[in-house]
Amino acid sequence: MRQTIAALFLAGTLSAGAQTLTMAVGAPVTSLDAHFHQLSPNNAVASMLFDRLVNTDAQARNVPGLAESWTAIAPDIWEFRLRRGVRFHNGQEFTAEDVAFTIARVPNVPNSPSSFAGFVRPITRVEIVDPHTIRFSTNGPYPLLPQDLSNIYILDSTTHAQATTEQFNAGPMAVGTGPFRLIRHANGDRIELERNAEYWGTAPAFARVNYRMITNDSARAAALLAGDVDVIDQVPTADLARLRTDSRVALAETVGLRVIYLSFDHSRDDATPFVTDNDGRPIARNPLKDVRVRRALSMAIDRAAITSRVMEGSATPSGQFLPPGIFSHVPDIAAPAFDAEGARRLLAEAGFPQGFRITLHGPNDRYPNDGRIIQAIGQMWTRIGVRTAIDAQTWTTFVARAGRAEFSAFLIGWGSNPEGSHPLRNLIACQSRERGWGNSNRGRYCNEALDQGLVRALQTLDDADRERQLMALQRQAFEDVAIVPLHIQTNIWAARRGFEVTPRADELSLAQSVRPAAAR
Amino acid sequence: MSGVVLAPVETPLRRFVSEFFASSIAAIGLAVFVVIALAAIFAPWIAPQNPYDLAVLDIMDGRLEPGAVGGSGMTHWLGTDDQGRDMLSGIIYGLRISLLVGVGSAFIACMVGASLGMLAAYAGGRTDSVIMRVVDLQLSFPTILAALMILAFLGKGVMNVVIALVLVEWAYYARTVRGSALVERRREYIEAAICLALPTRRILFNHLLPNCLPPLIVVGTMQIARAIALEATLSFLGLGVPITEPSLGLLIANGYEYMLSGKYWISFYPGIALLITIVSINLVGDQLRDVLNPRLKK
Amino acid sequence: MQSGFVMLAMSLLVFLGVYAVGDPVEILISPDADQFERERAVRALGLDLPLWQQYLVFLGRALQGDLGRSFVFNEPAIQIILQRMPATLELAFGSMFLSILIGLPLGLYAGLKPDSPVSKGIMATSILGFSLPTFWVGLMLIMVFAVQLGWLPSTGRGDTAEILGTRWSFLTWDGLRHILLPAINLSLFKISLVIRLTRAGVRETMLMDYVKFARAKGLSPNRVTFVHVFKNILIPVVTVVGLELGGTIAFSVVTESVFAWPGMGKLIIDSINVLDRPVIVAYLLMIVLMFIVINLVVDIVYTMLDPRVRLEAKA
Repeated sequence: MRQTIAALFLAGTLSAGAQTLTMAVGAPVTSLDAHFHQLSPNNAVASMLFDRLVNTDAQARNVPGLAESWTAIAPDIWEFRLRRGVRFHNGQEFTAEDVAFTIARVPNVPNSPSSFAGFVRPITRVEIVDPHTIRFSTNGPYPLLPQDLSNIYILDSTTHAQATTEQFNAGPMAVGTGPFRLIRHANGDRIELERNAEYWGTAPAFARVNYRMITNDSARAAALLAGDVDVIDQVPTADLARLRTDSRVALAETVGLRVIYLSFDHSRDDATPFVTDNDGRPIARNPLKDVRVRRALSMAIDRAAITSRVMEGSATPSGQFLPPGIFSHVPDIAAPAFDAEGARRLLAEAGFPQGFRITLHGPNDRYPNDGRIIQAIGQMWTRIGVRTAIDAQTWTTFVARAGRAEFSAFLIGWGSNPEGSHPLRNLIACQSRERGWGNSNRGRYCNEALDQGLVRALQTLDDADRERQLMALQRQAFEDVAIVPLHIQTNIWAARRGFEVTPRADELSLAQSVRPAAAR
Repeated sequence: MSGVVLAPVETPLRRFVSEFFASSIAAIGLAVFVVIALAAIFAPWIAPQNPYDLAVLDIMDGRLEPGAVGGSGMTHWLGTDDQGRDMLSGIIYGLRISLLVGVGSAFIACMVGASLGMLAAYAGGRTDSVIMRVVDLQLSFPTILAALMILAFLGKGVMNVVIALVLVEWAYYARTVRGSALVERRREYIEAAICLALPTRRILFNHLLPNCLPPLIVVGTMQIARAIALEATLSFLGLGVPITEPSLGLLIANGYEYMLSGKYWISFYPGIALLITIVSINLVGDQLRDVLNPRLKK
Repeated sequence: MQSGFVMLAMSLLVFLGVYAVGDPVEILISPDADQFERERAVRALGLDLPLWQQYLVFLGRALQGDLGRSFVFNEPAIQIILQRMPATLELAFGSMFLSILIGLPLGLYAGLKPDSPVSKGIMATSILGFSLPTFWVGLMLIMVFAVQLGWLPSTGRGDTAEILGTRWSFLTWDGLRHILLPAINLSLFKISLVIRLTRAGVRETMLMDYVKFARAKGLSPNRVTFVHVFKNILIPVVTVVGLELGGTIAFSVVTESVFAWPGMGKLIIDSINVLDRPVIVAYLLMIVLMFIVINLVVDIVYTMLDPRVRLEAKA
């Protein structure tokens, strides 16, 4: 017994050396099975253990992963050329067989609460040309296939033939081609990793990684300040001001892909449940169907005040889905300017010179400061005569009700793929089972002309042409105030002196993004 | 106490009052509690601002330090929170909510629990076992988890919190009262009352209840304090009162995120207010307990 | 028998309560999943059946010891909870240990010398223990001892050592350093409780005739205190501390979230946040079972310690 204690104590002291990275993340990892649950924290861990055909860089651009290159050799056939000499952690060689096996496994993971099947469904046929060339046929031209495959982690056809999710979680099956190997997985607490010395890409900077989960924001920040961890993600905005001035800590920030926006009830032409006149009586027609009312409510919001005061600078005001520098960002859509006078005029024009009453709903435990943002908007709307009540609920209650279109106005967020068609398809397009669109269109906006344009854009293989079309469609959507974007969040990591983080637009916290800082 | 000196008449009430005020700490506790209760009741007339009216708040006044002057020219003696809410006003209104939740839920739970507990002890037999099975069912479930589940079901709201707290706490009173009532029931005076064929109601409320009171008061005091703290915890976990009408607990929870960054006042002052409130209640309860406990007499 | 009835009633209540809240598929599914994928997920999680059928399926499996499979971990719910249990148990026992260690002597002192200023100080402090919200104290502890003074680690469980296939942190120095703050945080309430119970017990017992008699007989004050008084006050303290074990384990929900302590309480909060219903139900039922067992044990111990209760039961 005493020996155990001594040995552990020794191990504890040794692991404190410079070769170990301890990072704390805010969201719990639930599974090491890369195809079980499509969830950012799980994807982050998968990105350390496994590789994809198409990897993504810090700016969310597609870069060669296990595929060295890819081209559409016919309008409906993509060919991927695979990297040679790559081995799995257990020594198995990576070949096209493994890709075919992976594509077949993805839709068939038992009990998956959110599978990756949607990313491989466009593939109608897989053809192995030779061990290092593979072709995918799609139903008609499908420009997004490389993008979709950047979500699929490649497993080994022999090792993983019978692998269950439990075996991944327990460790023996968590074998990939990625930059790190798994040492230990303590569910909900920590994941211990070691460097994969044979990694085909850039070697990771640290020999060992202790990847801890600390979901409480303040506790995570305190752990960094106390020196227990070297890097944290999801830095709480309340602590930003202090951390910015703390010489022991360096922040790494980049504009992310998550837009926070307001959605209005488009589904009801008659009375909408949470809008009444100033005496509390229902209004026979839904004022939110009038584009002037929607625009007035958007103009009444002082986005700069929200990003500076509530978000403490960790967000950028926006009038669209995507930030500058991302494919299909529209340079000529500015964040709507704050204009309370103009908003009052527009309301009067729309027949509401005295305003009305509304309840603004939102979650209070989902996005940074979500509850505070809706209160701030409540203040701003009340000032233009729209007396606003705030109802913030837990995400679990909120999202179920929002999904049933029970609210008149609500705040919610969306993390985009770096492609304008992704938010357009899911947030703006009419809900359609056949097309698989409008999946998160909780305001039920619907504009058939826009959808037709989107169908055309999604069949355009030429990137430049498709980008032009997607920009035009976004202009159309925001001209009609389909939703009201507020801001795009900034992703922030904080590191102790001696560590340097490359911030990622996709929010993933990866150990390979951290390096020892250059000596100062 | 007028100038006329009357011969002190030794009524139970007088004796109780004089014994209670024998402890100066308890007297101070009672005085503080009365002041707090008055502040809570008359909040709209005392508070410099109505912190629930979004129209008077301005986020540009957010997180001002204590003593700072806001955009509207108002001095915020205890600073402001992230929404620009005047902390002093927020605390006074928050007291109102916290006291309402704490005292309200404790009172209702006590009524329900004590009645059922006495009934169980007095009636015995099947009534007793049915009531006590339900009590067991209730006590076999931790307060915080039960409250969490009930609130997840009911949703946020002051009334919902009170309902949840009553539902999770009545059993404590029932158990306590039944326990002491069982002991008291075997005593001679009850047997005498039964022999005199006094009405059941009269035996229950005039004879049994007063003698079960001391433990009930101890439990009651503890439960008020617990209810207030529990409400704060529920708010901290995201299920409690609505964010636009914060109780003391929710104010603390809100400010909690700002503690590390040095903006202590958002969490600190509501914390102090909560502390003073609960401590004063407990001081009063403590003294009541000592005064009312017949076994400590003489 | 009665316990079985309580379990059955609770299983129904808990199941219906948990399954009435929210929509797990909406929470768990990727927001860009199409209708087809959503329907697949509903079937995969067994949510396509009517509620009563889901309950019967659950009950049938529960009778065979299977409380369902976690939606997010895809492992048996029981197994997930058992993995997390040691962490919570050692936290709960650590805090109970602290509460007795600190509370009993202080309460004894306050009861024996009720009028000394030290006793008044102890009692005033014990009121603080009741009054301060756990989560706030937790952050204060982190702020002072981890961030400002740097004496103790702020969060997490630290190194663990393995015995009997389970990992415990009280066996390593690093583990002990990690457990101290959360255990103190969790014990504050109970320290106050023990102080108050002990003091009240001592004060009452000192007035009892047999204690007066013992003193009149000229027994040494120490003997009176530690044999006659102590034995008598142990009953309420044992009862309450025993009853509090379940409450402590349940209340560790808060402490565990503040200190990122990877126990069951943390698991249940995470599970509530993602509506992992099988884990919530399994956890709640295990808590119920634990309460039943604890109550039973306390009853037995109580009967052994207090002859009056024994007489009552016979009567």
